[in-house]
Amino acid sequence: MPQNSLTSLWDVVGASGDLSARFLFGAEGSRALSDLAKGSALYGHADELRGRSVIIATTSQLAAALALIELDGVARRVILYPPDLPLHYLPYVIKSADVDAIVSDGRTVKLDNPHVECFVPCNGTITPCDSDRTGQYQTKWILLTSGTTALPKMVAHTFLSLGGAIAIPDSPPERVVWGTFYDIRRYGGLSIFLRAMLTGTSLVLSNAQESTADFLARAGSHRVTHISGTPSHWRHALMSPAMHRISPEYVRLSGEIADQAILNRLQTVYPQARLAHAFATTEAGLAFEVNDGLAGFPTDIVGNTPQVEMKVEDGSLRIRSSRTASCYLGDNAPVLRGPDGYVDTGDLIDARDGRYYFVGRRDGMINVGGLKVYPEEVEAVINRHPAVQMSLVQTKKNPITGALVVADVVLKSIPETDGHDTQRVLQDILLLCREELSPHKVPSAINFVAVLSVAESGKLIRRHA
Amino acid sequence: MNIRSEITMQFKQVAQEQGMQLAILTDDLPLLNSGLDSLCFAMIVARLEGHLGVDPFTSSEDVIFPVTFGEFIHFYENAAK
Repeated sequence: MPQNSLTSLWDVVGASGDLSARFLFGAEGSRALSDLAKGSALYGHADELRGRSVIIATTSQLAAALALIELDGVARRVILYPPDLPLHYLPYVIKSADVDAIVSDGRTVKLDNPHVECFVPCNGTITPCDSDRTGQYQTKWILLTSGTTALPKMVAHTFLSLGGAIAIPDSPPERVVWGTFYDIRRYGGLSIFLRAMLTGTSLVLSNAQESTADFLARAGSHRVTHISGTPSHWRHALMSPAMHRISPEYVRLSGEIADQAILNRLQTVYPQARLAHAFATTEAGLAFEVNDGLAGFPTDIVGNTPQVEMKVEDGSLRIRSSRTASCYLGDNAPVLRGPDGYVDTGDLIDARDGRYYFVGRRDGMINVGGLKVYPEEVEAVINRHPAVQMSLVQTKKNPITGALVVADVVLKSIPETDGHDTQRVLQDILLLCREELSPHKVPSAINFVAVLSVAESGKLIRRHA
Repeated sequence: MNIRSEITMQFKQVAQEQGMQLAILTDDLPLLNSGLDSLCFAMIVARLEGHLGVDPFTSSEDVIFPVTFGEFIHFYENAAK
């Protein structure tokens, strides 16, 4: 659908004045946004991607960021393929998102897939050339997130829903440099990328191959003033002497529940910093920010947050705003918004002394360091082992990653007092999980139990909260 | 088994399970140069809680996180006192 004026990412970036002092700082190098004004990271091929549904499947965040700036308004859809998502899901994503083009830095090649007509390299370098960046489409930005099955869920946003919460200043703030631990192919990182692009600042991007200490040193050398990560990113950073390489004015946490301990530690290490923890989900978008340095959030945030309607129903927080995603893509995709337009976040909250606190998930989803794990997906892998009768995957609280995955497993026949056999089965199950699942989804502990509770419905009894 | 040897063993075991190249464990080794990531540390802390019965990371909201391997060991030795 053709869009109205000034609503593509490049329209906003290009109109924000002097680009010569604005950079994307990656581990592999720095790119001036002014170079993008007279060049292209797609070797001038953006026009070939006009109107197409394009997967951006790069290893480098810098390359993905540059491609996004060029393709918003030009492509019909951009699909951000997360760095940790195995490539064997590509055919499913191509089919479900009607993909006909791939942008990659070599992470993938042009597949023998009849739907993919166009393959454009993008390795994060900018070459001088003319590039028609006229915004013609209200590009759908598709974010991939974990679901209850092994297949990723595809969440459809637009530049407006993703950037709607960000106030564009009349003039770019001086000295502000953003940094993000969080990968920009995930909602939390993407929102920081857009914040930097829309508010006229530079941005320091992390790199999966880079140590936390090196990232902090690099962030410090670029004089980062505003920096964002999950509580787990911050807990990890606080275990490094390099935490003193930055002295931020503003520290932001999102993607996981921030507990009081991490807020206190950050305030101790960065006494000058304003601390904020944001509540956002890929589906519901940004709901609110908490700025008082305390865990949980004041109950009066519900009902008093401009442009965001919230309500608590059946114990879970529900959100309606222009920042929510529009739908899931794919066959038999679940409904994202209820009939009343509210997105059920599935986060269970409980009021105590004038504040709401997060107490668990209705669907049992486990958040390991900002990455989602649905128990059903892990159980399906464990249950594939021939010695396993059934299994129950649950969360175990952890002070480093917030939570870890643990599993209770019932074996078909427990070998009588033969510890060697049990040990071998345990190792087999772990091996199977490591082959099939991302590392954060592999159980950190497996307990063999005699029985698991099953309800009259025949379903496993789960305790989520 | 003493605390130091239990911690050393868990570092080695988790590194092996996760396919990580573990650095030589000296007391002045910064934890983030050990070759382990957040997930590895999370697993080590969970297992040490099971084996030693303490989790000094959650004992207080104001604890200062250890930065070196030696500090990590002292962190647990103090908590076990």
